[in-house]
Formats: sequence, C-alpha cells, structure tokens
Amino acid sequence: MSRLELLTPEGLRVDGRRPNELRKIIAKTSVLAQADGSAYIEQGNTKVLAAVYGPQEVRHRMQILHDRAIINVEFNVAPFSTSERKKRSKNDKYDNGIKLQTSQFPRSQIDIYLQVLQHDGGTLQACINAATMALIDAGIPMIDYVCASTAGCIDKQPVLDLNYLEESSDSPELTVAILPRTGKVNLMSMESRLHVDMLESVASLATEGCEQIHTILDAVVRDTTQHLKDSLMQ
Amino acid sequence: MVREADPSLNEKQFVLQSLKEGLRVDGRRPYDFRSLQLSFHSDFGHVQVQLGRTRVSAKVSAEVVRPRADKPTEGLLLFNTEISPMASPAFEVGRPSEEEVLISRTIEKALRRSRAVDTEGLCIVAGEKVWSIRVDLHFFDHEGNLVDCACIAAITALLHFRRPDVTVIGEEVTIHSLDQRNPVPLSVHHIPICVSFSFFDGGELLVVDPSILEEQIREGDMTIAMNIHKEICALSKAGGIPLEMDQIIRCSKIATTKTAEITEMIQKALADDKAKRQAK
Repeated sequence: MSRLELLTPEGLRVDGRRPNELRKIIAKTSVLAQADGSAYIEQGNTKVLAAVYGPQEVRHRMQILHDRAIINVEFNVAPFSTSERKKRSKNDKYDNGIKLQTSQFPRSQIDIYLQVLQHDGGTLQACINAATMALIDAGIPMIDYVCASTAGCIDKQPVLDLNYLEESSDSPELTVAILPRTGKVNLMSMESRLHVDMLESVASLATEGCEQIHTILDAVVRDTTQHLKDSLMQ
Repeated sequence: MVREADPSLNEKQFVLQSLKEGLRVDGRRPYDFRSLQLSFHSDFGHVQVQLGRTRVSAKVSAEVVRPRADKPTEGLLLFNTEISPMASPAFEVGRPSEEEVLISRTIEKALRRSRAVDTEGLCIVAGEKVWSIRVDLHFFDHEGNLVDCACIAAITALLHFRRPDVTVIGEEVTIHSLDQRNPVPLSVHHIPICVSFSFFDGGELLVVDPSILEEQIREGDMTIAMNIHKEICALSKAGGIPLEMDQIIRCSKIATTKTAEITEMIQKALADDKAKRQAK
C-alpha cells in the first residue's frame, strides 16, 4: 500500500489547507425546540449536535450532591457518520472538563447529549465546542468558554485541526481545550506517538487554534443574542 | 455505593502545608516515585508489581482465534482490568467504577494505540488464525496511583511472556507445547511507562506518583505515558483545575527522566529473572 502524501512539498495538506489553517466552522444555537439549550456545529465535514437539559431534578437520588450540580454527558456516534458503515458501540464517557459554576445549582443535574452526525476527524474537539455553545444557549452561567482544538504533527511539521485522513494515518493527534480568557489548559489528551521536543510547538499551535475558534464562537453568540440587546435598548 | 470517607480538614491542611514546604507526608520529595518491586511467578507472563503499597498483578495468556474481518493479518491484544473491593472498599463487585474505566482506557491508549506490541507478528495464517493476547490486571491493594502501577505491570508481563512456538506447513498449523520447543517472546517495539501527576493549590504545586491521601485532596491530575525514546505515547488530562501550558511542558520533562529510571528497573528485573531461570 503506497503511503498517502499528507503534506505536499509546497506545504499544503490533502484538503488544500495550510498547516496552520482551521477548517470552516459553522455554528448555530437554539436548533432544537425541546431542549433548554442546543447547538449545532460543523467543523469541515465533522458535524455535531448538542442538547442541554437542566438544571433539573436529579434522576437518581443516590447521586445528589449537596453543594453543586452533577453533570451527565452522553455521547453518541451515528452509525452513518463514517464512510464505512460500521457499528461502533464505544460508549465514550469522557468528562470534558466543562467549567461551570455548578455550585449555583445544588442538588440538581445538568444533562448534555452529544450526537455526532458526520465524522471527519476531531470529534472530541467538535463535541466540546458544541457542548459549550449549547450550555451558553441554555443560559447556564459559565466561568468562560471552553474552546477545543486539535493539532498533530506530520513529517515534523505541526499541523492544526486534523481531518479523518490525517487522523487515521497514524500521526499523533493532540486535543487541547482551553479557557480563552486566562489561556489555561482545561483538557489535554493525546494518542499515538509524539516526541517530547515537539510537544511544545504542537501544543502552542493547538492553543492558537482554540483562540481562533473562540473568536468565531463568540461572534455567533453575540450575533444570535443581538435581538435581546436591541429589545432592551428600546 | 460505599463512598470512602474524605480526609478530615486538618489532614488536608497538613498535607497542603507540608507540600508548600516541599515535603510529603510519606517522607518523599515531590518528584520521587515510591519504591518499586517486581516479582515474577514461575510461569511466563505472570508478574506482581508493588509500588509502595499499591499492588497489581498482571497475567498474560494467549489463545488462537479467528482475526477480525477488517484486519485479517493482525493479532489481538486485549486488556482486562479487575478492581475488586479487596483493593479498597470504594470499589464494587461487577460494576466497573468510573476510576476503573479511566484506568483501563489509559492503559489501552498507552499500550495498544501506541503499538507497543507488534500485532502483525501475532498472525499465524492470514484471515484464519491469529494469536489473541490477553492481559488480565488484578488490583490487590490501593494506596494511590493505580494507573502507573498497572501500566508497569502490564508492560512487564508482556515483556516476560513467552508464547508457544508455531510451525505452518501448507495449510497445517502445529502449535508446539512448552516442553517440545522453547516458547518465543512477543516482539515489543517500545516500553511505554505511565507517569501520573497530581496538582494542588490552583495548579502551583505538583507531585509525582500520588499516594491515596494526595489523590483524595488533589485539585487536578494528569497522566503522561512515555517511552525511553522520549516519545509521548499517550497524554490525558481531563477535568480538574485548568493548568498553565508551561506546567504541562514541565511535567513532560519530569516524565522523561522518570520513564528512563523505571525502564531501567524493569529491564534489570527481567534480566535478573532470566539469569535465575537459566541457572536452574
């Protein structure tokens, strides 16, 4: 099997992006009627839908925390989301480290449901971004946005926002989620092998990506809430 | 579920105050690992690892199975973790706790996704027969940092394990029993070692290899799996307090030296065991 050329000699990637370029991001909020908050996000061909219910009564009384809310995250990958239709029963349960002011809602529960509609690399980052948007849409007080981005390393060249082809070519992938205001790292996860000397440059590229994503998401939130501001001004 | 009692406020304060002065309750310095003991059982691939008083046993076994349809030339590598209430009353029988899920996920990431074991070398007849290597991890005593201990146990057991030799003539496959032919070792590409960190005081203070008390008090944690070639095989930090990027880079540097130390210890233990077996 011939190896796919992931980076051309001119420094362009399989989908024509430059190494430090993000894919196109489309974000929408309030896309579901029933949920208290919802969001839909597209990062290139990765499409994720998020719904937030709550704060509401805790379903299992055993789990009640008396000083803060519990957060329940459910993650689902649609069987039609990948090109080879395979059944994935991976019940990923990652605590995506969303920073909420949970102490404001003692004895309650916040449910976050995530559905991956199309998978083209970077599901974790898309899920985190979608969850952030949905939580903002639900009006739950947060300390800051949680913006996530991936970065990898192809032929010793750090690249931002890997797609499925790049991800599955055994190149390392680092997902970083930051709080943009303080620049602190909320979540960091990596698979496959990466030399320790490269970590710093890859991580800083991912952080840069997070900041770009923050600008985009912030613009969307401000845009969708503009009418509220307008009605207040009248 | 039995929730373990949290340490008292006084205990908490004591641990934090001493950490601020660069001391730890068990007399270690912040970047010290506890003493590591590896003991091998008489059969191959059975090892017990003791890290301080945390104790994990790993047993590797192999069987011949049909490969997955999408990967006909690759053998299987399975990990099975079993945390019983024997280790700590916080664990329950049957239902895997969240901690257990995280431990097995980290180990799987560190050892399988980083391709530490050559799975293609486990193929006997493509599409028909491959070896399935199963690593059973049993946790006997929980005194903090189960992940690192389990990772050391798993990789040492894989290095120690010998599978029966196989000859293929045409269609016929013969598996030679241990007394017929010398069993063969697995081909292990590199040795990933997990190094866990705990963070205190808003991420300012960090310790390596947290004890159970430190795990209960900590504000955040991170695990880095690295090998001797200074390659990070897995990194996971989820939840807990947010950290500065510099702190994470510093952790990766610490992990480099710790990995080298532990790898050396594992290799020495394996060499000692080999010499002992040959002397018999």
